[in-house]
Amino acid sequence: MAEKGKTKEFKWQRKHLLGLRELTAEEITYILDTAQGFEEISARAVKKAPPLRGKLVVNLFFEDSTRTRNSFALAANRLSADVVEFTKKDSSVSKGETLLDTARNLEAMGIDIVVIRHNAGGAPTLLSKYINACVVNAGDGFCEHPTQGLLDVFTIRKRKGSLKGLKIAIVGDISHSRVARSDMWAMTKLGAEVTFVGPPTLMPPKVEQLPVKISYSLDDVIEKVDVINMLRIQFERLGGNPFPSVREYSHYFGLTVERMKRAKPDILVMHPGPINRGLEIESEVADGKNSVILQQVTNGVTVRMATLFLVNQAAAEKPAEIQNG
Amino acid sequence: MKVLLNAKQIDSALNKLTNRIVADIPEGVEIAVIGIRSRGEIVAQRLAGRLSKKIGGEIPCGTLDITLYRDDLNSPKSGSQPQVRTTEIRFDIDDKIIILVDDVLHTGRSARAAMDALIDLGRPKAIRLAVLVDRAGREFPIQADYAGYKADAKPGTLVQVLLKESDNKEQVIVE
Amino acid sequence: MGDELLIKNGHVIDPANKINRKCDVLIADEKFVEVGRVKKPVANVIDATGKLVVPGLIDIHVHFREPGDEEEETIASGSAAAVAGGFTSVVCMPNTTPPIEDETDVEYIHRKARQARKTHVYTMGAITKGREGVELAEMGFMAQAGAVGFTDDGNGVQDASVMLRALKYAQMFNVVIAQHCQDDKIAGKGVMNAGYYSTILGLPGLDPLAEEAMLWRDIQLVKKIKAGTVRYHAQHISTASSVELIRAAKKQGLPVTCEATPHHLLLTEKCCAEYNTNYKVNPPLRTQKDIEALKEAIADGLVDALVTDHAPHLQSEKELEFLAAPFGLVGLECALALYIKALIEPGILDWPGLIRLMTEKPAKIIGVDKGTMSKGKQADVTIIDPSVEYKIDVNTFRSKSKNCPYHGWTVKGKVEKTIVGGEIRFSA
Repeated sequence: MAEKGKTKEFKWQRKHLLGLRELTAEEITYILDTAQGFEEISARAVKKAPPLRGKLVVNLFFEDSTRTRNSFALAANRLSADVVEFTKKDSSVSKGETLLDTARNLEAMGIDIVVIRHNAGGAPTLLSKYINACVVNAGDGFCEHPTQGLLDVFTIRKRKGSLKGLKIAIVGDISHSRVARSDMWAMTKLGAEVTFVGPPTLMPPKVEQLPVKISYSLDDVIEKVDVINMLRIQFERLGGNPFPSVREYSHYFGLTVERMKRAKPDILVMHPGPINRGLEIESEVADGKNSVILQQVTNGVTVRMATLFLVNQAAAEKPAEIQNG
Repeated sequence: MKVLLNAKQIDSALNKLTNRIVADIPEGVEIAVIGIRSRGEIVAQRLAGRLSKKIGGEIPCGTLDITLYRDDLNSPKSGSQPQVRTTEIRFDIDDKIIILVDDVLHTGRSARAAMDALIDLGRPKAIRLAVLVDRAGREFPIQADYAGYKADAKPGTLVQVLLKESDNKEQVIVE
Repeated sequence: MGDELLIKNGHVIDPANKINRKCDVLIADEKFVEVGRVKKPVANVIDATGKLVVPGLIDIHVHFREPGDEEEETIASGSAAAVAGGFTSVVCMPNTTPPIEDETDVEYIHRKARQARKTHVYTMGAITKGREGVELAEMGFMAQAGAVGFTDDGNGVQDASVMLRALKYAQMFNVVIAQHCQDDKIAGKGVMNAGYYSTILGLPGLDPLAEEAMLWRDIQLVKKIKAGTVRYHAQHISTASSVELIRAAKKQGLPVTCEATPHHLLLTEKCCAEYNTNYKVNPPLRTQKDIEALKEAIADGLVDALVTDHAPHLQSEKELEFLAAPFGLVGLECALALYIKALIEPGILDWPGLIRLMTEKPAKIIGVDKGTMSKGKQADVTIIDPSVEYKIDVNTFRSKSKNCPYHGWTVKGKVEKTIVGGEIRFSA
């Protein structure tokens, strides 16, 4: 076999995946294409392949999250990597080690990839400047959740073929949503038209300078879109009462069976999970024929396999630059 | 650059492979053809076509991407970066004789990776390696069961198979 | 008798006395004796040919971390940094641990400064006990001990009734009440300017309204206290709207002054894009429009003092994630060069204009008899080489802390000598 005469000169060069904002459309497409090659591993009898054999992946989770943590652990295991779980419920600095000290200690034990979830935007970026291991962002504050953005566009691409020209609505607490931001970057770079939908109190500052449309009315938007992504209202993140009650929020922004009647028949219904049934989405819709929510979960493992594989590949080509200890 | 095989010679090499494979199949055993991406895939498809004609019926043909099983992932050569593509094998490989197909057998590493990949997919009755060109330079103890052409290439030379589906010409060259 | 020092042939700029020409400065007995052509032979001579000779620079907003956080900075190290930056007088903020809230605290600062023997160190006292914004602190005793003003800096006084009470009470003492304008409810958990960058960086934003709302409120309070000697000073103003509020207040003749920092004239919120915590400061870096408005305000004479808000922090504290790192950057040792870059080079101010905002006017705000070279006044002098070009190197800083985003910047203008009370306390 020979890999000669390749028309593509593209090379994946990032040893970290910190966010989608700085990625080009070509890079995003490359990850999706690579992920396609991993799909069959999860579907066959022996759900393992050897590319990360002997590599150590650390799940460094400062915020509670069983599903993302498990998804990454599964992805790492399917690539034959070893996984260590490191959860620190309390990331308050005054109570102990700083983020950097924690990371340096881990590196001293010999790790290859750090998957980090933290409540501070920029925490993965900080890590990437001080340790040699690959850094994969599993969610930093309300900045980005790049693998979620990737699995969302992967899911859409699988069902619709391409994102070019698609109209996509993202509904919910945009101001505190890292999923909304990562989705926005991935979707707009791949040619989709994105609309943020939510109450004015949940829109971030200068939202009008982002490459999206804005609407305060789900009813206005529901008939026009090909894909709708319902964000979870995260009560633990909301400060200062941005809407008077859950009831009122559901009334105006919930994806109900009634609203679905007015939507396009082939609309895709998405949700990053976990679902607040009856709050932002009615059960019948979440379990209905337009829902791809479970496929998102499957695709999550696939996309994370591709991510771990690619950052490891880039790291293999770069010597360690940071002197610690 | 020297031309080892022209289009006509490639055609007759494929015929030779087809005949030898058919002669070897025991009674009542199913075979399937699986090509190693990327040019092995093309050779496999041609071979599967000829086998189907000769034996009758549709011989299943699949494509195997071995990127994840390569042994050089963590010590890459500068310049190249292997790209993960899809493996497409839409049939069960259990209890079949799998004809594993590649364009050139050189070091044997690709075949080794392919066998590891196949074992993770199922349990074939047997794996037989069929290559268009078998050249010297083994680094692993691998042999071709069927070879269309044996090339006596010197070390440091590169034997390339060019096929009309991917390269717009039909030649086997050495440089 | 008395030590004589002659500074010869320099270009003397003394805005208070309208001097802006080449001449000599004679100092004796720690005081200014004469500014003009001095023919008399003197033993100690400094040749200031090609240099600027100005009254010692005054910075009315610095943080020395003593008592409480001496590993970040002490009065000794801070004073050394000050004279290296050309400052002969500084005013400390009271947000130490414990805060400066009674006369013994004030005396402590003064004693430590005397021991350090570098720059004059004045201090402001807290407006409220513990800087908690509830009960007034002993402004009287602090003023008697030498406090030059009061502020809860670090915090703004949230309760309007408390601020009103403070302004009324301060009328007894002829002091300035300074405010770090920040309405905490509007500010929330903001760590950088609320805007496009805070949105895409996923960081909580600090709305400019937090500064403007409190500034507006305070101006209304000052208006209510008509006669009387209370003076109000808005610290580190950072937005275009704050500038407009100041403009309107001054137009009405209210006793309101304000100050600006180098970072609010040179850096924007975009600097935070790499999460470098040396750009995390309060008030936060704003937008280019705000910078333009501040520069215009300075040209129009609306800004009364140029300060540094020198805020030392340990490297380990700044090596935290942006959300958790403390606010502040150090600046005493590069402030002059930065102001030259921000104001002199683009022609917003000329040298007398710049020096006035760093000597005569800040002295007036805090009510000290400094900032001029008038005969008989204490001889604080700064000698500046205005044209030497060099790169800022934080490793040469005398401050204990190096949290400074200007490392590596190419700038012009360096302090050659700093003279306090006739004594050379810094020589480059």
